[in-house]
Amino acid sequence: MNYEPVIGLEVHVQIKTKSKAFCGCSTEFGAEPNSQVCPVCLGFPGSLPVLNASFLDAAIKVAVALGCQVQEFTKFDRKHYFYPDLPKNYQISQYDLPLALNGFVDIELESGAKRIRVKRVHLEEDAGKLIHADKMSLVDFNRTGMPLLEIVSEPDLYSPQEAYEYLNNLKSILSYLDISDCDMEKGSLRCDANISVRPKGEEKLGIKSELKNLNSFRAVRDSLTYEIERQVGALGVGEKIIQETRLWDDKESKTYSMRSKGEAKDYRYFPDPDLPPFIIKFSKVDEIRKALPELPKEKQVRLMRDFGLSEYDAGILVFSKKDAEYSEDCMRKYPKENKKQVANLLIGPLLSEANNRNCRLVGLDLSAENLLELIDYVDSNKISHLTAKIVLTEMIDTKKKASVIIQEKNLVQISDTSSLNISIEEVIKENDKSVQDFKNGKENALMFLVGQVMKKTKGKANPKILQELLRGRLKDA
Amino acid sequence: MQITKDTVKYVAALARIELKEEELARLSGQLEGILNFIDKLKEADVSQVSPTSHILTVNNVLRKDELKTSLKPEKVLNNAPHKEGTSFVVPKVI
Ligand SMILES: [Zn+2]
Repeated sequence: MNYEPVIGLEVHVQIKTKSKAFCGCSTEFGAEPNSQVCPVCLGFPGSLPVLNASFLDAAIKVAVALGCQVQEFTKFDRKHYFYPDLPKNYQISQYDLPLALNGFVDIELESGAKRIRVKRVHLEEDAGKLIHADKMSLVDFNRTGMPLLEIVSEPDLYSPQEAYEYLNNLKSILSYLDISDCDMEKGSLRCDANISVRPKGEEKLGIKSELKNLNSFRAVRDSLTYEIERQVGALGVGEKIIQETRLWDDKESKTYSMRSKGEAKDYRYFPDPDLPPFIIKFSKVDEIRKALPELPKEKQVRLMRDFGLSEYDAGILVFSKKDAEYSEDCMRKYPKENKKQVANLLIGPLLSEANNRNCRLVGLDLSAENLLELIDYVDSNKISHLTAKIVLTEMIDTKKKASVIIQEKNLVQISDTSSLNISIEEVIKENDKSVQDFKNGKENALMFLVGQVMKKTKGKANPKILQELLRGRLKDA
Repeated sequence: MQITKDTVKYVAALARIELKEEELARLSGQLEGILNFIDKLKEADVSQVSPTSHILTVNNVLRKDELKTSLKPEKVLNNAPHKEGTSFVVPKVI
């Protein structure tokens, strides 16, 4: 039987505020354990949580950017469970009246564009951090009460690749909004995945497992691929899938069943009596909507229009906000009308340099001015594209300017006919057979001779001029 | 509503507490009494009352995103039965 997977994702993004969600403790990362806690985030009796206004504003910003309907009335609920990372024994979250509903994220697939629906966006607080030692667990409550947004997709994703694209696009939007570091390593962006399989053509959803411990987008994709195979395999031999939480083991590349938390799903939500509800006026939402920065899709369209880039090229460049700004700066400062030369360099050699170094374009620390100086050398035929690539690597490694490297290594192309003619004469003398071959109509022989002159000039001969000179010289010979 | 021993066991498991057999019997009676008492609310006519999530009429209570001094770790850990450095220590939970 043919099965199809159905995937829904829950993304938690930590909002970048100075203080926590409901108290004045710092949100700074990496402080000494339990040095950023107070009676409120530790849930001491008599303490009173009060919502951080910047947290709410950032949440509305995300909701609007995702095309959600921000709800006029929203409230906080207590989600109860007992675990050492939760000092209050409940988490302040939102249950039946979340901040926002019904948004979407558009993704690009080989088969075309697809709209993934966002079911809801709600505010909540983070739990503490457990560090597991040999025979005990250490508890640090600094993360307790950190402002989190939970973004829940509808089960609209039908392959691990679609899930991967959704996450990348969502992260791109969030990074443009500048409301979070979106750093998975620091835990400011986290993702859980719900996955089930069903026979193709079947409407009803299968029984899902919830995947946790997904520490990268790649881990999300790989764990989903594994889980689809596991579920389809189990169904194939007549086993039943049970609803459970499974942990992804990145080293082993497989998921395993988490020790059953019993009835831990029974969270016994009820409205938090400490937090009065919120009425969000349309005017407030509208004000935030009007102040939204340019989003990736809009920037893509503008780069296409302003700089004549293809949809594909623009799509690559807008992915990261900082890279997009850098690329735009380079193209704006480039004096020529046609920006293709710059775009090609950014998407080609520069992006591969960045990938090799595991960083973004801006991480290469190459100023627009220095990059444009290099391009000018190519444009004026002083160096070839090939040499430009070598110079580029050197620029990134040594932080030297293109002009300095080209001078130091004597890389300027030889366009001067008299000095090229000397090499040409030598090559003609040394390669009598090829000269004859060319005269007998073998076009390939010319390329061989060009190569020989190139060798003599250590690759610095201007290929166009060289070819013209050589052709002319052979006609006369 | 009838509260069986199994229901009490279930609720106890959620609360992470262990109960002895005689406690299960006693508590099931007590819980039943409490719930029956609360059921009295059902007698109230609420057809003209809209649902509420909060007893106060205030809303939109917000604070500025400003830092306040946190507690000193020594103070935070003052009552902890087990600690290591400035972390609480609990039995291994994974
Ligand atoms: Zn606090």
